[in-house]
Order: sequence, then structure tokens, then C-alpha cells
Amino acid sequence: MSTFNITLHVWRQKSPTAQGKFEDYKVEADEHMSFLEMLDVVNEDLIEKGKEPIAFDHDCREGICGMCGMVINGEAHGPQKLTTTCQLHMRQFKNGPFDIWIEPFRAAGFPLVKDLVVDRSGFDRIIQAGGYISIRTGAPLDANATPIPKAVSDMAMDAAECIGCGACVAACPNASASLFTAAKITHLGLLPQGQAERPERARNMVTAMDNEGFGSCTNHGECESACPKGISVDFIARMNRDFVKASATAYDRAAKSDGD
Amino acid sequence: MELRSNEPDKSIPIEQRWTKHKMAGKLVAPANRRKYEIIVVGSGLAGGAAAASLGELGYKVKCFCFQDSPRRAHSIAAQGGINAAKNYQNDGDSVYRLFYDTVKGGDFRAREANVYRLAELSVNIIDQCVAAGVPFAREYGGLLANRSFGGAQVSRTFYARGQTGQQLLLGAYQALERQVAAGTVEMITRSEMLDLVVVDGKARGIITRNLKTGEIEPHVADVVVLCTGGYGNVFFLSTNAMGSNCTAAWRAHRKGALFANPCYTQIHPTCIPRAGEYQGKLTLMSESLRNDGRVWVPRKKEDCGKPPEQIAEKDRYYYLEEKYPAFGNLVPRDVASRNAMYVCDEGLGVGPVVDGERRAVYLDFADAIKRLGEPIIRERYGNLFDMYERITGESPYKTPMRIYPATHYTMGGIWVDYNLMTTIPGLFAGGEANFSDHGANRLGASALMQGLADGYFVLPYTVGNYIGTEASKRIGQRTFPEIGTDHPEVQKTLKDVKERIKRLMSAPEPKYGPDYFHRELGKIIWTKCGMSRTKEGLEEALRQIPKLRAEFDKHLKITGTGEELNQTLEKAGRVEDFFELGQLMCIDALTREESCGGHFRAEHEEDGEAARDDDNFAFVSAWGYTGDTAKPELNKEPLTFDYVKPSKRSYK
Repeated sequence: MSTFNITLHVWRQKSPTAQGKFEDYKVEADEHMSFLEMLDVVNEDLIEKGKEPIAFDHDCREGICGMCGMVINGEAHGPQKLTTTCQLHMRQFKNGPFDIWIEPFRAAGFPLVKDLVVDRSGFDRIIQAGGYISIRTGAPLDANATPIPKAVSDMAMDAAECIGCGACVAACPNASASLFTAAKITHLGLLPQGQAERPERARNMVTAMDNEGFGSCTNHGECESACPKGISVDFIARMNRDFVKASATAYDRAAKSDGD
Repeated sequence: MELRSNEPDKSIPIEQRWTKHKMAGKLVAPANRRKYEIIVVGSGLAGGAAAASLGELGYKVKCFCFQDSPRRAHSIAAQGGINAAKNYQNDGDSVYRLFYDTVKGGDFRAREANVYRLAELSVNIIDQCVAAGVPFAREYGGLLANRSFGGAQVSRTFYARGQTGQQLLLGAYQALERQVAAGTVEMITRSEMLDLVVVDGKARGIITRNLKTGEIEPHVADVVVLCTGGYGNVFFLSTNAMGSNCTAAWRAHRKGALFANPCYTQIHPTCIPRAGEYQGKLTLMSESLRNDGRVWVPRKKEDCGKPPEQIAEKDRYYYLEEKYPAFGNLVPRDVASRNAMYVCDEGLGVGPVVDGERRAVYLDFADAIKRLGEPIIRERYGNLFDMYERITGESPYKTPMRIYPATHYTMGGIWVDYNLMTTIPGLFAGGEANFSDHGANRLGASALMQGLADGYFVLPYTVGNYIGTEASKRIGQRTFPEIGTDHPEVQKTLKDVKERIKRLMSAPEPKYGPDYFHRELGKIIWTKCGMSRTKEGLEEALRQIPKLRAEFDKHLKITGTGEELNQTLEKAGRVEDFFELGQLMCIDALTREESCGGHFRAEHEEDGEAARDDDNFAFVSAWGYTGDTAKPELNKEPLTFDYVKPSKRSYK
């Protein structure tokens, strides 16, 4: 078992309105610990010393629920590609850097709650604007009634893999939620079931994203490189195409005039 | 207490029961639905689907989850797939066959009528999910693909890469958010249910803690639905999410809901073993690995610390292949798990020493790589091997994987009748939180099926039937007497919750955080009420648990205040409830003098295999809270099997 000493500089902020600052903690890390297990050890020690533990969001610890996320040495989810914070292990730091700076995901669209915990409910509201297929529970068609070419279905799945962690927003210089929004628009827009609402979906979800205070995409591509699921920036192009098409053709007006 | 399952009459053929039951049920007219308020606690497959469907029907729904978004519920982590009797593969599947497999897989400890309904609804689930945009795997012809899973001889498992749970949950989540936008569902996130409000014998609301502000909030309603998952985290180490807990279910139990079969827990054989004492969660790897991996440990204790490459072939003990020549490495989950434990108990475990012992066995792919070549193995298991390497730092292409069993699912839960209603009128339970459908053991790819069946297709009818029935009793009056949050019973429950928090925060000699006690409790439950249980061990556990509980009461330390986000306080309440549930689990395991499914009593075996006792134990144990957790009240619901005749499981 190999251990090494590190110094953590952790953003501590008691409440949304309180003044935040970095606090330092010396830790003996085991290379087999996950990053969050290392923080668990720090926290247990803090509690025993009568201090408040570091608040951070986490749940499944398998890289799928999307609940965890922090900026580690300037990178959302830390240095390892395609890896959420909970799946990052301390062996990545075995050869340094031994100073680790930990901050919350910072974005206008993600107001801070406490320490490393932020409010990502803006993502839920973007989904509410149209990130679904309007189907009632009950008696839809047989599942095999509509064949979907494998390539199309696979690409829809590539987009659907988004875990909604918000790393794309944290990594983006504009704090844009374009990758998140585009992933859902692409997933549903590729499927035959998603066609009827496709134009409104693009228009409404993009509008909701703007209203939540997320910035616009200016093609930096930082989102894709921070994304633990490798969601492609190509989907942002698809989103923009759907959005422009929906706005330019004014789909609903055209639909109305059809009846004239 | 007399337990009434309220299932349709046994004279009705099983395939007609659900249809006739629905027809006999009461309806609520569309214009009246908005007058009724329904609380759904939990937003996983069962809760999310139920809240979305009830909202869509027009009821006024409030849905609660403790995470920051309903999309995070632990259903999301299910990898393998979801069963449905579609028979798309033309390999002889049918609703009846899925029913048969599930009753048998559950070791004849589930209600036949419930299981049949589950199998029947499985086909609707797939239709529903595809229509909602779930990108299931497809064949080149564009039709849906299937794979096979343990416990079945047909290919009936639908999947979305290794993320089936994620895709199904996101489907339910999107339906839920659609209803939020439509104004029929109010979604309350970062909120934890801490008690149930019962007024005049009926469930009428819940008390929650706002996890952001610490505020204790009352919520009243006409119906409460608990879809709050299982209690696997009682073991401390499990594959459950860190936040998964039994508090909502346990608090309902304390208010009168019976708790059924708590000793039925499922241990999954292929998890990544613990690397150190600091670890608080285990990761599961798909069982499919056992198709090509060979399980072994060294024959000699002195070899256990050596690198595996240095252990000669003749010194390797392929214990599953030797003991079970017919099934070999593919014996069922419980057999594989128990045997891993036995060899480690004998001191033959491998891997690093944690807590003074080596608890792991090898799962070796060297032969498979030699036989099939690395590219084929990479194609089959590449993502699992990558995950293993990310966590352990070792490549399974070069060195054998290390695996050990871990708790994965709990079949026991809140007792419910055929309508999924608990013993408290107006309180329903769905998904893993209830005990129905899986008996003593759950087959692979059946958890997702049950969660969605309950949420999309059962609860929307049975909750409506309850409201309609109550309405028909009081024509011309309000169906449910109006109560406000100022009602004395609401206020009393609110006060109880506040006092409990105050008590947790003011232990006389604070010393350790809740994790310390949780870890110690987990050790007791895991060693005494885990893969193999004995009378002696269970009695020992029942002496140890109250002692540790007394330590907890005395030395629990929570820093910060209750009036802010305080994850230590959240954890403390959950751990306290695990103490009581763990105690009941051991009592249940001690009472059940047989081995069945996930419950293995070492005294009850024949030739090393589980010995079920149908003459004396073909019943559901439904436990009532008496105020003294050491002396719960046992109620029995007898089980009869008219369609699938009980038979013995043998894998030699």
C-alpha cells in the first residue's frame, strides 16, 4: 500500500450569501482511495475535531447518477478524462501535484448552496421546456412497430448517455449549457417518436437555457473534453440547426396555414 | 392482525385476475381528480413513473426526493437490463413462462397473483418506454435486440448498452418533468421524509426536512405513496448509492405499516472488493463476466500473499468447477457468493489485507484470452475491464480480477396487499420499498421491471380505486375530511421530528460521526446476517446491536447546526433507523428456520445446498412495531401455489 502526503485547498462557504474562502487541509492519501473517499476521511476527522465537514454532493459513486462534481486544479471532475469525480482515484496524484485546489462548479446558472454544493435545478427546468416526448401512460404502439436503423438508435444513445452533472457548464468560459441541452435535443430529435415536437423542442429548450442565465456557445469545445461521458460537441451543431430551422420556418404558423 | 391480501378470488383463472380486478375497481371522474392530493416520496423508476402517471391523470401530485434532481435516484445505476415476455426472439417465451421463472426464482416465497400481474405488465413497459424515446439496443434490421440473463432459458432481456437503468429512469424523469411543466406535479427536491402523518387511522401526510435550509415542513394529502427503495445500506458496504436509506419506510413502519421478510437480502457475487477501511461503497460488475472468467483461490494459505502469476496451476483451487461440475463458474448468485465466503473463511482469500484479513477471490480471464484472443474479450467485456482498471489500477487483461460478494438488493420491504396498499389505509408502497413479487430471491433484470410496473401500471389504478372507494362511502360529503397543517396530529408529528433532531444533535458525550457507527453496525449485520446465518450468530448479533446502539446514543457527534445544509445530521438519522431495521432483520432471520433464496441458514442444508421447508415456512413474515424493537409482533400471510408447484433447486 502506498501513501503520500497532499495539501488540499478547499473552497469553504457557509451559505449562498456568506463570504467564501479557501481552507487548507493536510491529508495522507492512499493511492487506492477514490477522490471522494479521501474527502470522507478528511470529513470524519473534521467531525471528530468538532469542525464542520466539507459539504459536497455525491450519491451513486459509480459515475452514473451525475450528482458529484467539483473543479479540481482548474478542471471539472479533475485530470482524468471520461471520469466523474467519484471515479477519480488518488493514484492519479501519486506523482503530484501534491497541492490540490478544490472548488465548486462556478456558473451564473448554478448558484452556490454551501461549500462545493451548487444548485443545478436549471437543468430540470430546461428539460421541462421540452426535453420529453409527449406520450401518455397507457397503450402505445407495440415496441417493434417502428423499426429504427441501428446507426440512428446508436447515435441517439450516444447523446442520451448524458448524466446531467454540469461539468460542461463549469468548463465552458461562457458557462453555457449548450452541450447538456444539445444532448437531449439530439437524443429525442433523432428518433421517429420525437419528430412531432422536434421544432418546438429545440426552440423552447434553447430559450429556457438562455432564461436560466447560461451563456452561449462560442465553440471552445471545453465542454466535450470535460464531459465524463464523452458527449460530442457535434450535437451542439445539430441543436443549432434544429433551432434555426424551427425559427426560420415558423413551423406552427406553417402548420396553421395548411388548413386554409 | 389478520392480513388480507385483497387479491382477486382464486376461482378466477390467474391470467384474468388483474383485468377483472381493474374492472371491479372504482374510478374517479376526470373533473374530480384535481380535488385529490397525492404525495409520492421517491423519484426512481417506481416513484417517478407513478408521480408522472398520476399527475397526467389529473390528480394534484407532490413528489419528493432527497437528491438535487429526480434524475439521480439509484434506479439509474442498474446496468444489465429489463425483462419482458415479448417473445420477439421466437424462443418459446410467454407471460406464463416469465411468471413461472419468477415464482421459481423467488424460491416459492411470493404471491402468485402479484407475480403473474408483473409478467403480464412487462410487455406494456417496453411499449411505453420505446414510445417515450428510450434508446434500447437494436439489431441491424432496426428491431429491438435481446439478451439472455440468469435464471431463464429464453432471451427476454431488453437493454441500453450497460446503462439500462439510466435510460429507463431518464424516460420516467422526462415524463415527470413534463407534468411539472403542465402544473400537475410539484417536484420538491433536496427534501427528506422524516415521518408519516396518520389521522383517524389513515395516511394523510408527511413531515420533511428541507435539506438546504434545515426547515421541518408538514405536507398534507389524501394519499401517500412510498417509493423509497431498499435497505441494502444496513450493511454499510453495499452497491447502493451512498444516500440510499430506509428512513421513510421505517418511519411508516413505526406508524403501523407492517414490514415483511426483512431477512431476504440479495448478495451479488461479482463486486470489486474493498481496498481499504476508508471505503464506504462497493461497485458491482455485471455477472456476465462469469461466462468467460474462471474463479479460483490458492490451495495453500502461504500462497495468498503472492502475485497470482507466481502460483502454479496445480496450486490453484478452482472451487466452483470442482464442487459444482455441472454448472461450474455459472452457479446461481447465492451459491457463488456463499462459496467465495467459505474459501475466504478458510483463510484462502487473496488481495490486500483489509481489517486484518484478505477477502477476495480471483476471476481469471487468462484461459479465455488464450482461447478466444484479446480482441473478442475486449469486445465482450471492454467497458467492464476499463471500469475495473479505473478503480483498482490493475488491468484484467494482464492479471486476474479480484472479486467479492456484496449486498445489492433487498427483496423484503413494506408489506402490501394486491393493490400495493400497506396496512395503513391510504399509504401505498411501490418498487424495491415493498416486499411483493420477488419472494426470497430476485432474478436478474427484474428490478427495473417491477419498479416500472408498479409506477406506470399498478399504482395509477389502485390509488384511484382507493380514492373512488372512499368517495363512494361518503356521497355528498368530502371524501377525506379537510385537514390543514395546523391539525393537532400534524403538529404533534412535527414536534416529534424536531425533538428527534434535537436529541440526535445533543448526545451526552459526542465523540464520533455517524459513519463510525454505521461501519460497526454493518460489520455485525454482514458477518451475522449476511450470506450465511446461524442461530448462534444471529443471537450474538441481537446482543451486539443494542450495545452499539447505546454507544451511538451516547457518543454520536454532529457538528454544524440543524438550520442549514448538514449532511452529518442527514446521515445520523438514517443510521439510527438502520439500527432498528438491522435488529428486525436478525429477528426475522432467526425465526425463519429454513434456507430459501437469499436467506441461508447453515443449520438448514442438505449436501451443502439450501433446504427449504415448505411445510412450516410457506408464509410471509409481516412484522408489526410494538414500541419495543426487541419484541416485534409476527403476523403470517400464508402462501399457496396453485400454478407453479414448489420444487427443489439443485445445481450440482
